[in-house]
Amino acid sequence: MPLCTQPPASGEPYVLAASLDNARHLSSLLRAVHFQDHATCFATANGLRVTVEDAKCIQANAFVQAEIFQEFAVQEESVTFRINLSVLLDCLTIFGTTSLPGTSTALRMCYRGYGYPLMLFLEEGGVVTVCKINTQEPEDLLDFDFCSTKVVNKIILQSEGLREAFAELDMTSEVLQIIMSPDKPYFRLSTFGNAGSAHLDYPRDSDLMEAFQCNQTQTNRYKISLLKPSAKALALSCKVSIRTNAQGFLSLQYMIRNEDGQICFVEYYCCPDEDITEAEL
Amino acid sequence: MRFRAKIVDLACLNHFSRGVWSGSPRNAALLPPGVINTIAKLAKACTLRLTVSKLYFILSDKVANGGVSMWCELCQGNFFDEFQMEGVAAEHNEIYLELVPENLSRALRTAQSAKAVKIKLTNKHCPCLRVAVELPSLSSSSRIVTHDIPVGVIPRRLWNDFREPSVPDFDVSIYLPALKTMKSVVERMKNLSSSIVIEANLSGEMNLKIETDLVSVTTHFKDLGNPPWDIVSNRIVHFILLHEDVSLQYFIPALA
Repeated sequence: MPLCTQPPASGEPYVLAASLDNARHLSSLLRAVHFQDHATCFATANGLRVTVEDAKCIQANAFVQAEIFQEFAVQEESVTFRINLSVLLDCLTIFGTTSLPGTSTALRMCYRGYGYPLMLFLEEGGVVTVCKINTQEPEDLLDFDFCSTKVVNKIILQSEGLREAFAELDMTSEVLQIIMSPDKPYFRLSTFGNAGSAHLDYPRDSDLMEAFQCNQTQTNRYKISLLKPSAKALALSCKVSIRTNAQGFLSLQYMIRNEDGQICFVEYYCCPDEDITEAEL
Repeated sequence: MRFRAKIVDLACLNHFSRGVWSGSPRNAALLPPGVINTIAKLAKACTLRLTVSKLYFILSDKVANGGVSMWCELCQGNFFDEFQMEGVAAEHNEIYLELVPENLSRALRTAQSAKAVKIKLTNKHCPCLRVAVELPSLSSSSRIVTHDIPVGVIPRRLWNDFREPSVPDFDVSIYLPALKTMKSVVERMKNLSSSIVIEANLSGEMNLKIETDLVSVTTHFKDLGNPPWDIVSNRIVHFILLHEDVSLQYFIPALA
């Protein structure tokens, strides 16, 4: 849908300029990481990464690669700014979150650089909205240092298998315990709530299991309140990869297919609550 | 003072209370939800004025420049199959009641599949609007659910407070865009700021703007028609919603 708005007269070039025919491709992904008001946006020629952190223990990243956009131009090697994610989402969804089939909101995003606001131009059905959102100094982000060589255990599951489990997690439990092991129980989720403990086992030969690469038995616990927001990313995704490293850090990677069938990723990293690495069955 | 009315047509009842008018409306975006439900959302308490031919729901807001801030007018014939009203006196053949519209809305909610609804003004222990809903039943005798909604009778000396607002001198009038779009935009803007700027001109263009320390958002509507008479002054914004048999006027004082 062509944008009938003029981008503002530019004396200076924009360090970031992007166009998207369907703003939902961006807004739905951002909602999957929206558990804090503030986010850090990081743009390179490869695309846009939006990071949200909490309590120095959990980090979520939404990746929208450059190919998803109709135009994506970054003038410097990288562009970083901090922004209010709640405000950004309200602006991206200014015309509503559902629309009639065949209509969508077109988006143009422009950023002049350090100290300038982020400009959004949104258009639907001939109505144009212009937003100017103030940006802030980017903060240091955690680096979970998760590369494939340091991964101890890895599982890839079809998301439909986990969705119900995550929706029904006993929230009176302080922690979610995850056991990953080359031996039984292979993959177990446990909670310890007021009414008792609950265990959910996934056998390694289950239909839902797409890959199973566990080398060592690991039992790790994570604060359930920190992991609960990841359910939003799980709900959107078709597949999820669950990895742990030697320190018990958890990486959840969600493969999300948008309305046009394009693939995007959201990942969540979480620190363990306690370190229990001895074999525990 | 007497008032007695009956609704037998379910579609009329739905239009009056909660549902969407079924039929083929000219413009689906302009369909109002049931009148009573809308009033209940706009006002905690309001005045119901009954005349021989019409019902009026009026909100008088002394805070807003001492004038009326909501005026809703309905032709009784479009809703009621029977309507009998005798006012306080022969020369003043009207009744003014103070009521909580949410109570009326709740009572009418039980009437979703009713055979008939009767409304009557009673005064057993205190003045009430008695809403009797006749529900279908398997046996030969019907089930009747009765709601007594307390009302206050407004004495004639106060009737002047509820006069229909006169149309003041206005600068610009404009037709609003599709309400669905406008509703989305305003709802989002409500999350961002507590006040909104509305601009309109005689070329059919309208802007909605919010501005805070964090963000500024402007939505531009164009190609809206300008009706021949006036709507917006720079002190009061006056919204008039027109549907086939209901007109609703809502006044919002400007902050600046």
